[in-house]
Amino acid sequence: MKPFTYERAASPAEAATAAARQPGARFIAGGTNLLDLMKLQIETPDHLIDVNGLGLDRIEETQDGGLRIGALVRNTDLAADARVRRDHAVLSRALLAGASGQLRNRATTAGNLLQRTRCPYFYDTNMACNKRRPGSGCSALGGYSRQLAVVGGSEACIATHPSDMAVAMRVLDATVETVKPTVKPEGATRKIPIADFHRLPGDTPEIETVLEPGELITAVTLPKPAGGTHHYRKVRDRASYAFALVSVAAIVQPDGSGRVALGGVAPKPWRREDAEAEMSRGAKPVMAKLLAGARPTEENKFKLPLAERALAAVLAEAKG
Amino acid sequence: MASPREIEVKRRALMAATVATAAVGAVAQRAGAQTTPARAAPPAMKVSFTVNGKPRDLDLDPRTTLLDALREGLHLGGTKKGCDHGQCGACTVILDGRRINSCLTLAVMHPGSEITTIEGLGTPDKLHPMQAAFVKHDGYQCGYCTPGQICSAVAVLAEIEAGIPSHVTADLNAKPALDDAELRERMSGNICRCGAYSNIVEAIGEVAGRKA
Repeated sequence: MKPFTYERAASPAEAATAAARQPGARFIAGGTNLLDLMKLQIETPDHLIDVNGLGLDRIEETQDGGLRIGALVRNTDLAADARVRRDHAVLSRALLAGASGQLRNRATTAGNLLQRTRCPYFYDTNMACNKRRPGSGCSALGGYSRQLAVVGGSEACIATHPSDMAVAMRVLDATVETVKPTVKPEGATRKIPIADFHRLPGDTPEIETVLEPGELITAVTLPKPAGGTHHYRKVRDRASYAFALVSVAAIVQPDGSGRVALGGVAPKPWRREDAEAEMSRGAKPVMAKLLAGARPTEENKFKLPLAERALAAVLAEAKG
Repeated sequence: MASPREIEVKRRALMAATVATAAVGAVAQRAGAQTTPARAAPPAMKVSFTVNGKPRDLDLDPRTTLLDALREGLHLGGTKKGCDHGQCGACTVILDGRRINSCLTLAVMHPGSEITTIEGLGTPDKLHPMQAAFVKHDGYQCGYCTPGQICSAVAVLAEIEAGIPSHVTADLNAKPALDDAELRERMSGNICRCGAYSNIVEAIGEVAGRKA
């Protein structure tokens, strides 16, 4: 790892202000992704701001019947929360489908949203990667692209977002709450719908979210329970502890209507509300709209029928 | 026009100059990952935590992972460095009651924590029941992953007892079962290259009170 200085933040607003003051600073919470990348010198922060002591580790009920999940709630605790298991089961299921028990014990809610891609060319510092070194090119285009995006990518980048949790949060219409750096002690807060939180790569794949420099996630809120049956079906190369080739998060209502988002196919959790109008007609018409405009490679075009079949399986499961 | 080789030489010369400047602390430049200038090592930081019941005080470079602090700082070599990237589980220890990958956390992040390593679970004269079960069931071959497997297994049984569900738990709202499918899924973060998995599952199952 490159040398860095280290501090423990005293409050969310102070953490944000400290981060904005030092352009090379990064927040560290669970560290399960950041330290991995620092060892490979893909991430080379000058300064780490440890946010673990900020008390953002509670899950509270909101006034409208939803939940506010603190940014530092560990993935294990979020998946095991009785209210999440009962009312937002797709989120528990998605979390439990990701990583290993050891990693889920450290990984946090906010850190999971901010995970970097596992594109092999992002990880290999000898290869061109516009996300890692803007302007260097994309080795994945025409390269080994089995894991990579079929929709939402660009000529600059076809990386996928690796999170399972974020796919469930997208289908649950979650909101990301943040505090921005400010001269005032209390900080300026904002709320970002999860649909707007992650950016598509375009020609700036190195910018992955709408967060501003120093802006700190403090919580993720879920609206009141969506009802219906909750499903998270993840298809991967091993039965456990592997990233998704395709995943389907779905909430299906008794009348056959519902919501669906896909993981493993795009640079962000992939959902299109217009596709959901087709839910009661089956997987094929849903996927025709949800994956409209897909530009798969020879190596990952299997994801299109795989996604459709995974959704068909989910819809069959929902019928019981 | 300069040849690529000339450009490379110039780039290296520029890098060398940058390194020299950075060393006197005058440059706060951010470059691409491959050309990041060297930075001076940061001052050591103090951290105190409890390892296997003993209070320990360390002066560490903040870059030191908990794994390296245990192995190099405290000479507790039972915890193993496998991949050093959170993929193999050989470095699994129990931090404040929970199993973690000690390679993916910094020691300075854990003041006041209680850490249990394989050395704290049992001794050669008085094995922890999980250690004894691994011996009885031949739950290893080369043994390199074994300390991590055993720390993980001890924590897995506590997680099931606490009602924490897993990917294979059929009913999220019921108490998880103690069957092989649950144990295999929960142990998937511990890789055994020798392939002792079936014996590992038998060992854990016996400690869990199942008929072996």
